[in-house]
Amino acid sequence: MGQLSDRRVLAGLAGLTAVGLLIGGAFAGLISQAVTEWSGAVSALDPYLFRITRFTLWQALLSTLLSVAPAILIARALARHPDFPGRSIILRLFALPLALPAIVAALGILALLGRAGIFADLLGWLNGGQWQGIYGLSGILVAHVFFNLPLATRLLLHALETVPGDQWRLAAQLGMGPATSFRLIEWPVLRAALPGVAGLIFMLCITSFTIVLTLGGGPRATTLEVAIYQALRFDFDPARAVTLTIIQIALTVMVVTLLIRLGTDMVGDPNLPVSRRRPSIASRRETIFNFALILSALLFVAAPFVAIIVSGLQADLSRLASDPALHRATLTSLLLAIISAGLSILLSLSLTVARSALELKRRGQGHPSILERLLDTGAGFVLVVPPVVVGAGWFILLLHSGNVFVMAPIMVITVNAVMAMPFAIRAIRPAWDGASKRHEKLCASLGITGFNRLRLIDWPSIRRPALTAFAFAMALSLGDLGVIALFGSDAVKTLPYLLFERMGSYRTADAAGIALFLGIVCLALMMLADRTRRNA
Amino acid sequence: MPRPVLAALTLAAALVALPAAAQEKLTIYTYESFTSEWGPGPAVKKNFEDVCACEVDFVAVADGVALLNRLRLEGARTSADIVLGLDTNLTHEAKETGLFAPHGISLEKVNIPGGWSDDVFVPFDYGYFAIIQDTEAFSTPYKSLKALVNGYPEQRLVIQDPRTSTPGLGLLLWVKAVYGDDAAEAWERLSSRILTVTPGWSEAYSLFTSGEASMVLSYTTSPAYHEIAEGSTRYKAMAFEEGHYLQVEVAAATIKGAENPLTAQFLEFMTGPGFQNAIPETNWMFPAGETSKPLNPAFDHAVKPGTKLSFSADEVAANRDAWVKEWLEIMSR
Repeated sequence: MGQLSDRRVLAGLAGLTAVGLLIGGAFAGLISQAVTEWSGAVSALDPYLFRITRFTLWQALLSTLLSVAPAILIARALARHPDFPGRSIILRLFALPLALPAIVAALGILALLGRAGIFADLLGWLNGGQWQGIYGLSGILVAHVFFNLPLATRLLLHALETVPGDQWRLAAQLGMGPATSFRLIEWPVLRAALPGVAGLIFMLCITSFTIVLTLGGGPRATTLEVAIYQALRFDFDPARAVTLTIIQIALTVMVVTLLIRLGTDMVGDPNLPVSRRRPSIASRRETIFNFALILSALLFVAAPFVAIIVSGLQADLSRLASDPALHRATLTSLLLAIISAGLSILLSLSLTVARSALELKRRGQGHPSILERLLDTGAGFVLVVPPVVVGAGWFILLLHSGNVFVMAPIMVITVNAVMAMPFAIRAIRPAWDGASKRHEKLCASLGITGFNRLRLIDWPSIRRPALTAFAFAMALSLGDLGVIALFGSDAVKTLPYLLFERMGSYRTADAAGIALFLGIVCLALMMLADRTRRNA
Repeated sequence: MPRPVLAALTLAAALVALPAAAQEKLTIYTYESFTSEWGPGPAVKKNFEDVCACEVDFVAVADGVALLNRLRLEGARTSADIVLGLDTNLTHEAKETGLFAPHGISLEKVNIPGGWSDDVFVPFDYGYFAIIQDTEAFSTPYKSLKALVNGYPEQRLVIQDPRTSTPGLGLLLWVKAVYGDDAAEAWERLSSRILTVTPGWSEAYSLFTSGEASMVLSYTTSPAYHEIAEGSTRYKAMAFEEGHYLQVEVAAATIKGAENPLTAQFLEFMTGPGFQNAIPETNWMFPAGETSKPLNPAFDHAVKPGTKLSFSADEVAANRDAWVKEWLEIMSR
């Protein structure tokens, strides 16, 4: 037993070290540069910083609340209606916003709610005057909810799906109404998952950049991330960038710690489920309510996509489809996405496994050790280290050690893998914790340990969430390239890169076509993941 | 190691190992849109390789600012012979690094409004900032910056953030050049007309062409793109009486590159038709040297500024922080 859990913990330690190295290395690189000119660290602390910090926190908290609260109801509705027509398509659609470059999503939303949007006349009439678009805090919030409501819904739905069928059967036998079954069955699971999900979304919103500037209407709405970007990219002041990044991390740690206090630790069900996974039948009134809820969420998420599709169709798609640059970019994107998603799952799994081993060891009693906490939420904080910081830091480190060009694709892969970890962990952890708790005693008594146990006992129960996590990680990896701003980017021309290249050379129609294509590729990936999942 | 990882590493290694020919080589650091298939890079590479019997190796980073930062970090050990794509707002800082060498070539073919003399930087193109109007949104152009500042509140403008974007900084300097100490007041008036401030040019221009705003900050040459590539005259640059702010893009030899005879040959070549012919319709800027054929007539339609506005690189370097701060104060209210 001791050896077994040691090995699991070791795996977690290795994963944690890898993440630590990536972030630590970046900081080491920047600090080595900063010591020559450290005055920026002091000059960073001015009243302006206080103002933007306040705004950063405010918009992130509001965005999180507006994304997570409705997501609870939507996830529950989806969980209670496994036969909802088109449910699997809705779930796939809900993974797409993650893969969209922020400006594409912003344009999609503006096509509806902007000054020249479809609803501009209606909104202007309601508003009494010409509609000026949703620029300002409302625009930021709408865009953040568009990105994060579907994410929260999917993650919470995953948590709900870990409720064993037995409990639902019991609930049905006892004649529990929707309110009682929510309180006794669903809420405990949701409450355990909520801090993690909310924390994740909070982190995504705190680091928001293009959305905040573009839809925020100007520097009134500025986040710390913008200041960090400016410090590194425009002023090249590593000292200031490091200081601002540390403030950003400290703020996030504070908020996420608070969130964790609000939640409870999950108590996994130690029994093997014997019934089919099937929640109790909802009443007619509840069904109508749930259907309305799902449909409005669908409308909210799908409408900007329809706008993206419409503008994409105006592009010269047949020319684009035969464009070798697009083919190369698609291949590069897929290759990078698959490798980094694989790496991400590996790292996330190692952390999850180690954390649950540590928790089992203390039998859920006492306080979790620092290591356990690090394995739990610690790795999540990588999300608030801006990619441009990681990229610049590593660039400085690698500069003195040979060829930086080879490193560009490797940087993209590792940074994307690590950035996707918080998502992957959220998807894998609920299932893993339940399964490993159920199997722990049995495995100990049968003497099944190590890889055999993973392959034969634990893997089957986490295969589905692991594939979901894989799909998420892939979608995410199709995105950001800020990390290689300095590296020389010819080796990693991905689809979003191509999109920006076209956008930057007046070819807006091409860019719209590529955005459509990016959506299709992502949807195909989701379907592939779903198919593998079903066959698994 | 999983096979896909191995495959990717092999691929990456192969990509790096490929240009290991025994030829003479010239390494040029530049920005991404220069080397993209739509940019001047491919034509420039071919034309120079035809005359030099050498190999041109482009290394592209995100933009002009990243270019300078990259060079700063690499210091004297850089592999760049030439850095191409800084603009005049960066040359002061670039010179201060001490990493650039005098070009030593004749600048007789260089053609920049107001003339050019610099012993380190050689210009390769230039452009004027301009406010582009969507003539379908309103037909009467503003005749001056002051008229724009005091214009109709319904007509909205998209600009770029001077903290993250070169055109954004350009507008800041433009307003400063026209208004001087009253710039703050002008921004205050203008701010209610600004729909939004984007991090970069691409986002702003996309918002503009999608119809969100009726005006955008760009270049006098922007309408030429729409005329040549799309046959459309919907978007027009407005000519301002006070004049337009000039942006000059330059290249320079590094101290390492000064030892490579190809460096001077390229800088010389850069001022002639082999390079300059490619500029107008790929970089959508004006050529800064000799071309062998007349420009597409669409460029003749571009606004010809009466007065050329510009601050010296030293003035910009000395005041940029304070001016950006002033702008930020007003715009954050």
